[in-house]
Amino acid sequence: MKRVNLMATISLLLAACATAPVTPIAAPATQTPPTPRTLTVMTHDSFAVSEDVIVEFEQTHNVKVQFIKSGDAGEALNKAILAKGNPLADVLYGVDNTFLSRALDEGIFEPYNSPRLADIPDTFKLDPSNGALPVDYGDVCLNYDKAYFAEKNRPPPARLEDLTQPDYKDLLVVENPATSSPGLAFLLATVGHFGEEGYLQFWKDLRANGMLVVNDWETAYYTEFSGSSGKGPRPIVVSYGSSPPFEVIFAETPPADAPTAAVVSDGSCFRQIEFVGLLQGTKNRDLAEQWVDFMLSPRFQEDLPLQMFVFPVNPNAKLNETFQKYLGLPQEPAFVSPADIAANRERWIEAWTEVVLR
Amino acid sequence: MRAIQPLSAFRASRVYSALRNTPYISLLPAAFFLILFYFYPLSAIFIESFSRADNVLAPLAAVFTSPALLKVFGFTVYQAVVSTLATLAVGLPGAYLLARYRFPGQGLLRALTTVPFVLPTLVVAAGFNALLGPRGWINLGLMALFHLNAPPFQFVNTFGAIIVAHVFYNTTIVLRVVGDFWSRLDPRLGYAARVLGASRWRTFREVTLPLLAPAIAAAALLVFIFDFTSFGVILVLGGPRFATLEVEIYRQTIALFNLPVAAVLALTQLLGTFGLTLAYARLSARLTVPLSLKPQSLTRRPLYTWRLRLGAGLIIAGLVTLLVLPLAALALRSVARLEPERGQTTPTQPGFTLAYYRELSINRRNSLFYVPPTAAIRNSLVIAGTTVLLSLALGLPAAWASVGPRRRFGSMLEALLMLPLGTSSVTLGLGFLVALDQPPLDLRASPLLLPLAHTLVALPFVVRTLMPALRSLKPRLRQAAAVLGATPLQVWREVELPLVSRAVIVAATFALTISLGEFGATSLLTRPEHPTVPVVIYRFISLPGALNYGQALALSTLLMLVCAASIMIIERFRVGDLGEF
Repeated sequence: MKRVNLMATISLLLAACATAPVTPIAAPATQTPPTPRTLTVMTHDSFAVSEDVIVEFEQTHNVKVQFIKSGDAGEALNKAILAKGNPLADVLYGVDNTFLSRALDEGIFEPYNSPRLADIPDTFKLDPSNGALPVDYGDVCLNYDKAYFAEKNRPPPARLEDLTQPDYKDLLVVENPATSSPGLAFLLATVGHFGEEGYLQFWKDLRANGMLVVNDWETAYYTEFSGSSGKGPRPIVVSYGSSPPFEVIFAETPPADAPTAAVVSDGSCFRQIEFVGLLQGTKNRDLAEQWVDFMLSPRFQEDLPLQMFVFPVNPNAKLNETFQKYLGLPQEPAFVSPADIAANRERWIEAWTEVVLR
Repeated sequence: MRAIQPLSAFRASRVYSALRNTPYISLLPAAFFLILFYFYPLSAIFIESFSRADNVLAPLAAVFTSPALLKVFGFTVYQAVVSTLATLAVGLPGAYLLARYRFPGQGLLRALTTVPFVLPTLVVAAGFNALLGPRGWINLGLMALFHLNAPPFQFVNTFGAIIVAHVFYNTTIVLRVVGDFWSRLDPRLGYAARVLGASRWRTFREVTLPLLAPAIAAAALLVFIFDFTSFGVILVLGGPRFATLEVEIYRQTIALFNLPVAAVLALTQLLGTFGLTLAYARLSARLTVPLSLKPQSLTRRPLYTWRLRLGAGLIIAGLVTLLVLPLAALALRSVARLEPERGQTTPTQPGFTLAYYRELSINRRNSLFYVPPTAAIRNSLVIAGTTVLLSLALGLPAAWASVGPRRRFGSMLEALLMLPLGTSSVTLGLGFLVALDQPPLDLRASPLLLPLAHTLVALPFVVRTLMPALRSLKPRLRQAAAVLGATPLQVWREVELPLVSRAVIVAATFALTISLGEFGATSLLTRPEHPTVPVVIYRFISLPGALNYGQALALSTLLMLVCAASIMIIERFRVGDLGEF
């Protein structure tokens, strides 16, 4: 018995030895590709993409794409600015319109007139010099817990003004605009909707109506919001227009209907547009251009919704069905220009802090 | 095993005596490390920051004339003092119990009380909320009991939440630093006092407490600095009404990009830490008495009376309630089916599920950055292992030189080593970016940067844990061994190292947990293909959807298990413990 086992082992070992060297010889003989160049792409931490999309780009252009994640959108931009003389990457993706002016003032981008820009609606092109090219957009909107309002037999909020009514007392949780990007976006929505003269009064009324402020989206959504799996006590939260489809796609067992919905009436959301740009001083300008073209092409654009839950700016990209069914897409989001944001961001946040927190 | 080649033994002992007699040499590695990876990046970012101001005085004036910023400074100190006192109040009885008594489950208790140290703040917040939040067990219980409509007890966004969370995170520092020193104190000193007629209280006050003072001061200092530079706890649990210097530095840097003001605040925080550390160094040098440390097998007694058992039970119950219950709540939620409860207010968990754990191993979106949980755990452990080795390799010689004859240099270095703890991680992260940008040190996006940054934070713990033990080595032991013909290296290996082995293990545990918990490393650049566990947890919890939330909780639970297991394994190592003599 033992002998047989021994023989078997030996023959297996021999077989292994015999076959092992064969494969490595065969492989390099058939294909001798030139060593791929490396393209470095700096992004914010939320960046995500499908593997096959990247593989396709890498194979087409014989390139290895190295991603570097650099914190949230603000942190990534600051790092790109500080590394300006000696850029960390060839491309920076993830600057949004609330930070765009900072990026343009610091001159971190090299202009690039991508041929793909012809497909993209002008409303997204906020940088006329084409240093920053629009890639995607998402809306910061109120989300509400459908079950709560069904149970109480009350209508969910339809407009921002509703939130100051007694019916919605103690129901809202928002994020601090000084520490949270959706918080800042929602503050900008109120500035865009009520104007410089009216937005502070609105916030005073919200405070009087029992609004809760927390510092980060995670606490607002998972600790305080009743529509999330965190089971908080408050049925209205500031989140994204794309949060409801998330709740369906990332459910443990797919529900018949989304448990939450977004309020998308005119002027109640703020649209965040994200940009990509070639970093000043890139040594791979040709590759970087190809990458930017790729990001604006339908192939990449169609991948965006299910990876980052944002919308493609290229109208030729098709949207996933579930995504389309539950997302809240406002026809007319509130608008504040990047120049206005840059000039007033600090003042608006200070005034907000004074009225809401002190 | 001991058969060393005579020649190399000779050489080694030559090196050893050279080191012994010129302690600067053993300070060199740590000093070099500190200069290269701390002072250089930090000064680079400060210079860059101030060059962005019109003149250097403007941001200074802006900070010190702003009532809001002065208030931030006041609050930072105030909450740190209260948190430190609370942590000592909770930690000292626990340290006593773990130091002086033997009881079943001691190792487990020690490991469990360390776990909070490694958990990301958002996850800790989820654990506390499961217990104390508006829909936590306590509030739901009270609501059911007294038929209330609204949760009676507010936890999130209160000052109390900040203190409780700080105690939760930092009690382990007291348990380890004080407890492990205490377990080496000769109990006979106390017995002698009792025999001579001193009361229990007087014995504690006049014998035990003075002997423990250096360890208590060391623990208090570390806890204070952690609380002083607190960021996540203040942001997530304290809410928008509270801000520490660290929070303000972050806000000035990221939201406002006001680097000059951020630099002034970071310098203030740094100088505060440095002043405190220097004061401590003087105090502790005066407090320390050489003691003969005893093996734990001699100092620990079983709980032999019912009164003792009752007291121990109360202490353990207290520690478990504060430190383990939030963890348990978290683990429970990771296996609780959350889905059917949507929009309902009932506290009952309708079912259990392992779906979130299974989901961890599925790359549902075919994402490029997907990593299986095992890979993330491996990444975390590799980085933590590197941190342990690096911080021991730098810390042991440094600690040893610090207690040697030329202690002045040592205590200076010791104070300098503390600085990274008091440094804003946002600032230091940007410093790495500005300074380490040229080959051969273009480490900006290098995977090496992570263990280097963790080592910066771990080093003060390592040095501070080793020093009281090294200080207590009596020179006579070394002299006696030398007289008996031992080479200096042999003395170190066979006499001194075994005497401090316990401290080495504690130091290694600190380095491991600091690295697993990723202190301050979030402001570094990362390569998404090799994420550590906390990074993956953040990826999940920043997305909506039950599966994402569930996976964040599941992975956090795995992180707790990995941490507890690693600690229990480390504690099994005995580098020739005294107990084996």
